[in-house]
Amino acid sequence: MSSVRVLVGTRKGAFILTSDGKRDRWEVAGPHFAGWEMYHLKGSPAEPNRIYASQSSGWFGQQVQRSDDGGKTWEPVGNTFVYEGEAGQHQWYDGTPRPWEFTRVWHFEPSLTDPDTVYAGIQDAALFKSTDGGQTWQELPGLRKHETGSTWAPGAGGLCLHTIIQDPENPQRMYVAISAAGVFRTDDGGETWKPVTKGLKSDFLPNPTAEIGHCVHRIAMHPSRPDVLFMQKHWDVMRSDNAGEEWREISGNLPTDFGFTIDVHAHEPETIYVVPIKSDSEHFPLDGALRVYRSRGGNEWEPLTNGLPQQNCYVNVLRDAMAVDSLDPCGVYFGTTGGQVYLSPNAGGSWKPIVRDLPAVMSVEVQTLP
Amino acid sequence: MIRVVLPAHLRTLAKLDGEAKLEVDGPATLVSVLDALEERYPMLRGTIRDQVTLKRRPFIRFYACQEDLSHDPADTRLPDSVAAGQEPFLIVGAIAGG
Repeated sequence: MSSVRVLVGTRKGAFILTSDGKRDRWEVAGPHFAGWEMYHLKGSPAEPNRIYASQSSGWFGQQVQRSDDGGKTWEPVGNTFVYEGEAGQHQWYDGTPRPWEFTRVWHFEPSLTDPDTVYAGIQDAALFKSTDGGQTWQELPGLRKHETGSTWAPGAGGLCLHTIIQDPENPQRMYVAISAAGVFRTDDGGETWKPVTKGLKSDFLPNPTAEIGHCVHRIAMHPSRPDVLFMQKHWDVMRSDNAGEEWREISGNLPTDFGFTIDVHAHEPETIYVVPIKSDSEHFPLDGALRVYRSRGGNEWEPLTNGLPQQNCYVNVLRDAMAVDSLDPCGVYFGTTGGQVYLSPNAGGSWKPIVRDLPAVMSVEVQTLP
Repeated sequence: MIRVVLPAHLRTLAKLDGEAKLEVDGPATLVSVLDALEERYPMLRGTIRDQVTLKRRPFIRFYACQEDLSHDPADTRLPDSVAAGQEPFLIVGAIAGG
């Protein structure tokens, strides 16, 4: 029988939740790395027991941890992230120049085919790659050295590269998203990059339709349709049907289109999920009611509330804190800054907390195991 | 033999129970002790000082014999009692919430 492993990164450690395919009874292991901020954990699709974890601290900096036994034991691997060549400068919040400086790893994206190859999205925004299981890291400098790089400015969380998507049909194509620079695509394995932001509109920019400067919060793709991308932007939910060349808004009847996370159903490539958040300064659900919204393709959204708190709920759901399993029916998972990890074992029909009192959840990833 | 007291999180990271005990070639200075510590416990590289600039991380302090050595030059000699192992060299996480 299949089983499920949920990798949860929190502000004070990592937790691993496991269940059989029924998803009724859960075992909770952790905290791993207690006291550290665990920005992200992700397993290798090619070797699921290989898991990479980003462990960081304002005091002690960045560690990279690797497990080869599904998260039971961990070993620190390489934590040296040095920008290629002269680091240069980007823009600070007020438009003044600021030296590029490594702070932390926001996101790991293991290769779809090779367990030793993994990408890291870091702050200040850059893309790094390891081909030796995380022991050493090399920048893919073509991204940061794009002609617009010196104009990139941070979002509230810092100038972070938080989303990395590999095209499963074209190993040369990859997307990254940066707050608050936008979306970039490579078609040559990471050598060169181009902004793919046409159609995005951000009113906080002097030119709201500028090529650079959009605060993209997350992008999701279904592996069966790699040219179709869904985006939760700072404000606006967007969609592209041509690999990012053009975007159109699909916020439709959402009560607020601010939010952080977005994901796609495992078996229905048109079915998408968002968690609307009241506003950019009020990072909690509208009216204190936690609602996931589901849409088939966009514009028409239905609230999913069964089992979720509908009053006095003022948590946030961060960009990497939603994931799906590939069981049937599809399980949808999300974590909150209040420490709950919710599961819907029926694609959003009803929800229940797997755990409800963890530290603030920063990331949730799900592995469906044979 | 130099005794080094680490913050709890770094002891856990280094799988160290209690103080680190280090042999240092030549004079016991801030930099020679940190070099020896990172040589013995490579997982601590980057946690106390930047790996490239070797500058102390902002929320780390260095104490010895009730003195704050955090802002002293890297080649500052540690007190004789620290060099002799009678007193520990303290690496401390600054009090800054968390």
